[in-house]
Amino acid sequence: MTEISRRAFLQGSAVAAGGLVIGCGATRNTAPADFAGSEGMSFDAFLKITSDDRIILQVDKVEMGQGTMTGMATLVAEELDIEPHRIELVHPNANPAFQTPLQITGGSNSMAGRWQTLRESGARAREMLKSAAAERWGVESVQLEARNGAIVDPASGNTLSYGALAEAAARQPVPGDIELKPREQYRWIGREFARVDGPTKLRGEARYGIDTRIPGMLRAVVVRCPHAKGRLSSFDASQALGMPGVHSVFEISNGVAVVADRTWRALRAADAVVCKYDLSESRGISTESIRAEHRRMLDDAFGAPVTGSGGTVEPSNPEDLSRSLDVVYTIPHVAHVTMEPLNCAIDIREDRVDVTLGTQAPDVIQHAVSRVLGRPRREVIIHNAFLGGGFGRRAFPDVAIEAAEIAKQVDAPVQLVWSREDDLANDYYRPATTHRIRGEVDADGNVARWDHRMVAPSLIPYMAKGMGGVLAPEWMAGAVDAVAESVAGLVPRLIGPILATEGASELPYRVEKHRFDDLFHDPGIPVGIWRSVGHSHNGFVVESFVDELAHQAGRDPAAFRRDLLGDDHPRHRAVLDLALETSGWSTSQSASDEGRHRGLAVHESFNSVVAQVVEVRIDDDREIHVERIVCAVDCGTVVNPDIVRAQMEGGIFYGLTAALKGPITFENGAAQQSNFHDYEMLRMREAPRVEVAFVDSDAPPTGVGEPGTPPIAAAVANAVFAATGERLRDLPLRLPKNA
Amino acid sequence: MIEFTLNAEPRRVDVEPDMPLLWVIRDELDLTGTKFGCGIGQCGACTVHLDGVPVRGCLTPVSAAAGRSVTTIEGLRGDHVLQRTFSELSVPQCGYCQSGQIMSAAALLARNPAPDDNAIDAAMSGNICRCGTYVRIRAAIQRAAEELRGEKPA
Repeated sequence: MTEISRRAFLQGSAVAAGGLVIGCGATRNTAPADFAGSEGMSFDAFLKITSDDRIILQVDKVEMGQGTMTGMATLVAEELDIEPHRIELVHPNANPAFQTPLQITGGSNSMAGRWQTLRESGARAREMLKSAAAERWGVESVQLEARNGAIVDPASGNTLSYGALAEAAARQPVPGDIELKPREQYRWIGREFARVDGPTKLRGEARYGIDTRIPGMLRAVVVRCPHAKGRLSSFDASQALGMPGVHSVFEISNGVAVVADRTWRALRAADAVVCKYDLSESRGISTESIRAEHRRMLDDAFGAPVTGSGGTVEPSNPEDLSRSLDVVYTIPHVAHVTMEPLNCAIDIREDRVDVTLGTQAPDVIQHAVSRVLGRPRREVIIHNAFLGGGFGRRAFPDVAIEAAEIAKQVDAPVQLVWSREDDLANDYYRPATTHRIRGEVDADGNVARWDHRMVAPSLIPYMAKGMGGVLAPEWMAGAVDAVAESVAGLVPRLIGPILATEGASELPYRVEKHRFDDLFHDPGIPVGIWRSVGHSHNGFVVESFVDELAHQAGRDPAAFRRDLLGDDHPRHRAVLDLALETSGWSTSQSASDEGRHRGLAVHESFNSVVAQVVEVRIDDDREIHVERIVCAVDCGTVVNPDIVRAQMEGGIFYGLTAALKGPITFENGAAQQSNFHDYEMLRMREAPRVEVAFVDSDAPPTGVGEPGTPPIAAAVANAVFAATGERLRDLPLRLPKNA
Repeated sequence: MIEFTLNAEPRRVDVEPDMPLLWVIRDELDLTGTKFGCGIGQCGACTVHLDGVPVRGCLTPVSAAAGRSVTTIEGLRGDHVLQRTFSELSVPQCGYCQSGQIMSAAALLARNPAPDDNAIDAAMSGNICRCGTYVRIRAAIQRAAEELRGEKPA
């Protein structure tokens, strides 16, 4: 075992004892050699059972809080008939075996994507263990049972533990067809139990990337130009170089690296570096100029400025019998803000390069580091730690590229650490988008027209940077990177801002004339995937606008939606009905007696449907307080109800933060917010209880990590309208004072 | 040379007196349970106890700890009632903020054995969680308080 792997996560990534290695369903049959070891079966591997009864599972979907370790362990444990807590979990190195097509954790796809694979993996191991036991005892394997980690022969009472059988089991033929447990026999799936990763995190023992310790390791901080499209012209490090513990200061492609013996000394010395920037291309890139350009493009698209209610807020007018609306919604930039600031440790040695960090995309990191260092991918080992939050931010390789450039110039292991200020100034933000919708309800309450045009940048150019060649054969990866980066800029011009349109381009509602257009505009501010991506803003726009139409038609917003969903969207209707029932929507608008008002939203994302009912109270200072949240979800089979509940809570508070706090604004391409004092997060006193209700389903699991986010902003805005008659169409939601 | 007690053991460090306690604990003494989140005392990830009082390690110069007693998450030794109730209610998600949450909550329970939700919110609103575990933290503190008061068998 190397030094790194001893330190590695859960200390399980290398297992000396021989044992059974099982796995199937990933895309390629290459064996992760570091996992299989010399005595393991040499094919693609998730599961290993050692002769000393350790059961080890490689989870290629990384744990960033969403509970994937518990979920994955549950699927295997179910078929193996052991307690999920008995399974040791490790994050694997980058390996083509796990590329589907990228080895990425995202898109709320972990349980959905591994539901079949991991149950089969557990079932296959179980059958091979039975075969081994049958051979040993001279009986038929069909008469044997797997019980709590042992194979049992009920006839003779013979029992052997999985560990005792592991080596013989590894030599058994791999069964072709395997039978998975039927739902009524589940012991673990559908049951609630404590997360497997809870205790280590609560003792402060869980290792995140930032906790990496390598003997002799230096720490680095990078001073970057805070202005998008700005360039470093010169820097003066004379003061920094004289500060305690400072090792060196030098330029890398993305700024000035300050290397010291301790993190704090590097952070302090970085503050003393004086940089001069060329800002000629940054000038004029501002939130205001972006918004003005968006408005101009929308005016052009519609051939006219906004007619009726283009402003953000106007009082409702019961006298207004007009049934048409022409309105504009604006979504600002927001940041991901993972609690663990980005970091990456690199140890370059003669025969290998050890890279330790928490990442959603280890293959992207491996590719990026291999390119920077000119080392073959097989020599670049990714040690994936626990992630202190991901939310999409940790799918990008920027921190590893910087760390590799630094490590190349330093004759010691080095860890790059970002500060919170670095994080807010250098994010791949959720893009600012602007939406204009014209809609009309007819006399019968049908939606006659829904014409939605949105202006958005594309995420593709920013995601292509450093990622393009990941899937290419190594010998041509460099060329593919270059082509991908140059072509990526053209992609949005050809196909528009894909990802930004999801959740708006198609509606679940019956609309006579529906039109959706996306208009591309990229001001040059880096943007990326942010929990629920396009859905995060389109859920707000669509579910606010349908509420507006309901009021325009003089209908109850819930009944209006039900009618528009018709019979074509039974999952939407079931979820909506469940949310209404759980919240007591129909029985009482009497919440208003207590000064509370209700709002509703329903949205499908990542193949799950979520409906939310919120109650808000508006105080004398016209501040919005969310007092109650009811959330109904259809996510197929609920593998662990408590974890799904936690993900709904998490998704809701993530969305609620963006609905009520922020935003990030820009002047000359630079973010104007720098830390939590001016970029506020939702805090405990603002977090009400969340009541989660499940639609009973035996369909395969669908997304859970993201679908809680999209409806919440609309539900709150709709409740604010119910309370005040004022329609808030700009995020974050703020009632004007003294209106 | 600055001397203080860390988790009941005497420690000496030879660093600048203004190096924050957070970085002394993490980088000099290699206890990594205390986390860096913002560096300006706004997120609470670096919360430790100084003579039993919760402080932000990122804003506390190590010189302020001289001759005093510092307790970190490791000092709770895994057997604090909050560490159990937080696990029972599956509070942590990514878990990065949880050391600070536990340290803030432990200090609250030490001075107020029967906090209501408002008291919990007041004591805990200096700790940011981006995963949205707030409602569970509140419940886990309530459960721990009940156990400490003997209202439920531990």
